Amino acid sequence: MAGSIDEAVSTGPARDHTRPARRGGGRGRAVLEVALLAVLAVVMLFPALWMIETSIKENRDVYAIPAKFFDFKVTMDHFRDVFAASGGGRSALSVSFLNSVVVAGVSTVLATVLGVPAAWAYSRFAMKAKKDQLFFILSTRFMPPVVVVIPIFLMYRQVGLIDTKLGLILIYAAFNVPFTIWMMKGFVDEVPAEYEDAAMLDGYTRLQAFWKFTLPLLLPGIAATAVFALIFSWNEFVFAIFLTSSDNVRTAPPAIAGLIGGTTVDWGLVAAASVVFALPVLAFAYLVRRHLVAGVTLGAVRR
Amino acid sequence: MAGIEVTALHKRYPDGTVAVDHVDLSIGDGELFVMLGPSGCGKTTTLRAIAGLERQTTGDIRIGDTLVNDLPPAERDIAMVFQFYALYPHLKTRDNLAFPLRAEGLPKPEVHERVDEAARLMRLGPLLDRRPHRLSGGEQQRVALARALVRRPRAFLMDEPLTNLDAELRADMRTEIKHLQGELGTTMVYVTHDQVEAMSLGHRIAILNKGRVEQIGTPLEVYDRPASLFCAAFIGSPPMNLIEVEVADGQLRSHSGLVLTPPPNLPRDRRLVAGVRPEALEVTEPGAERSVPARVISAEWLGDEIIYVVDHGGRRDVRVRMPPTVRFTADAPVGLRHAGGTPAVYDVSTEELVA
Repeated sequence: MAGSIDEAVSTGPARDHTRPARRGGGRGRAVLEVALLAVLAVVMLFPALWMIETSIKENRDVYAIPAKFFDFKVTMDHFRDVFAASGGGRSALSVSFLNSVVVAGVSTVLATVLGVPAAWAYSRFAMKAKKDQLFFILSTRFMPPVVVVIPIFLMYRQVGLIDTKLGLILIYAAFNVPFTIWMMKGFVDEVPAEYEDAAMLDGYTRLQAFWKFTLPLLLPGIAATAVFALIFSWNEFVFAIFLTSSDNVRTAPPAIAGLIGGTTVDWGLVAAASVVFALPVLAFAYLVRRHLVAGVTLGAVRR
Repeated sequence: MAGIEVTALHKRYPDGTVAVDHVDLSIGDGELFVMLGPSGCGKTTTLRAIAGLERQTTGDIRIGDTLVNDLPPAERDIAMVFQFYALYPHLKTRDNLAFPLRAEGLPKPEVHERVDEAARLMRLGPLLDRRPHRLSGGEQQRVALARALVRRPRAFLMDEPLTNLDAELRADMRTEIKHLQGELGTTMVYVTHDQVEAMSLGHRIAILNKGRVEQIGTPLEVYDRPASLFCAAFIGSPPMNLIEVEVADGQLRSHSGLVLTPPPNLPRDRRLVAGVRPEALEVTEPGAERSVPARVISAEWLGDEIIYVVDHGGRRDVRVRMPPTVRFTADAPVGLRHAGGTPAVYDVSTEELVA
C-alpha cells in the first residue's frame, strides 16, 4: 500500500518538469490532487486487495500480528475449500454458488423477456395515462426491500414458495422488470420507429417488424440492461437471507455471510469465497462499461 | 395508379389527444398533392392513416376503388418515404432496394431487373454495394426514394422527406422529386411544413391547421387568395400584411388613411381585415400621389430585393417588398401606397375570407 502512495506522489513533480509551468500554484495543486486521489484509491482498493491477500494466505499468516503484507506463504487451500467439502464431494458453498447462478440467470432472463416488449410498447404506442403508468412501475422500486420482505415472507409461506429457488427467481424478476422497462425504454426511444413503419409497409406485421428490425438494434441495450439486472440479482442479500434457509436453496451472499459467526471464523475461506463471488460481477461490469460506451450508434440515422 | 379519397377522417389517441379533427381530401389520379401546415396540425397523422400505420377513429379512406380502412399497410399497395429515411442499417443499398420485392416474393430475375432500373433512375450505381452508414444524407434519401420506386406502387406517400437535408441539396432533390413524379405519373401525397417546398412541388396544396383543412387549392390560388387569416399568415415570406380596414365612400380605408381597391360585394357592419402581400405595397417619396405618410423602421437588404418594415400609423407595421434599386434609409420619412389589385378581405370574428 505504502508503495502505491510513493509511486503516485513521485510522478507529480516528474510530470511537471516536462510541461510548461501552469498558472499560479499549479504545481502545488497538482501534488495535492494526486495525493488526495491516492488516499481515495487506497481507501477504495484496500479492502479488495486485503480480501485477495487473505484468500491466498496460510491460516497462520492470516492471524499474524503485526499483519503480514508481503512475506506470507501462498496457498490455494482456501479456494479448494470453497468448492470441495472436507470429507470429499461438493461443499455447501459450491452448491450456493450454483444456486446463485441459477437464480440470478433465470430471474434476469425473465425480467428481460417481460421488460423489453413492455418498454417497446411504452415507447411506441400512445396509451391512456402513460406517464402515470410508468411512474407507477417505477414506484415499485421506491420501497426498500427490508420494508416489503415481511409481507412477502407471509405471502410466500401461504403459497409454498418459502425456501425455494422459484420464490427467489420470482421476487428478483419482479424487482428487475421495472428497472428493465425504464432502462430499455430509453434505448427503444433511440431506435427510430420508421424502421418498423417501413417494414410494415414492406409486408410485415408489427410484431415481425419489431422482431426483425428493432430487436437486433436493441441488442447492445438489452445486454447492458441484462447485466445490471444480473448484478442486482447476484448481489441481493435481504430477500435471500429471509426467504431461504436450507443449504441446497440458499444463494451465495447469505451463504458467505453464514461463514461468519460461531466460535471461530475461517477468514481465509470467507475471503476466498468472496473473491470467487466477486469475479463474475467484475467481469460483467466490464461488459457493461463496453456496451454503455458503445451505446446505440446507428449509422443509418441522422438526426 | 389510383386517386385517394379521404372522407371525414378523425383520429383521437387513447390519451385523449385529437390529432385529426375532420379532414376531407380528394386526391386525383397522378396528382402531386401537398399537405402543408405547422407541426401538430395533423398532416403527418393523416398521411400515416392513408398508409395504414395509424387506424383512424372514424372516417373512410379509399385508394382507387378500394376501401382500405381495415387493410394492413402492406396490402394497400403504396410506398412511403420517411424523414429519417429508415434504410435498413444492416443491408447494402442493393439489398435495401430489393427488400420490399423479396418480401413480396418476386422471382429473382425480376427483382434484379427492377433494382437496376430504380438504381439507374436515381443514379445510385456507385452506391449499390455500400451500407447506409457509408452514405451521405442526400444519398440515403435517394436510396429511400429508389426503394419506394422499385415497388411500382399505386401511390407514393412522402413524410417530410427533405427536412434533414441541407438547403442546397434540398432544392436539388425537390426538382428531382417533381421531375420523377411527372415522369412516372404516380399519385404522390407529400407532407411538409416548408411552404417553399409546397409551392414549388404541389399541383394542389392542402393547408391544415389544428386537425382541419383550412384551404385546398393550386399554389397560385393559395398564394393569391388565402381562405382564412391562418392561411394568410402562414403562406408567403414575409407573410401578408393584415391591415384593419373600413368601408367608406366606396373605398377600403385603413386607420392611417391608406386606400385599397375594394372587392365587390363587401358585407356591411362587420370588422374587416385586408390581406395585402408585401409586393402589393409601395414605398414612395413622401407626399407622392395616393400615398399616406409613413416612416421606414428597418430595411432588410436581400440582394435581389429589399424588405422594408414601415410604420404608417396603423396598428401593425407593414412589410413592403421593393426592388433593390429603390433605396430609403432607416428612419427616413416616406410615403406608402397600395399598388396591387383588389386585396383579400377577411372578417375579424370568423377569420374567414369574405370577399
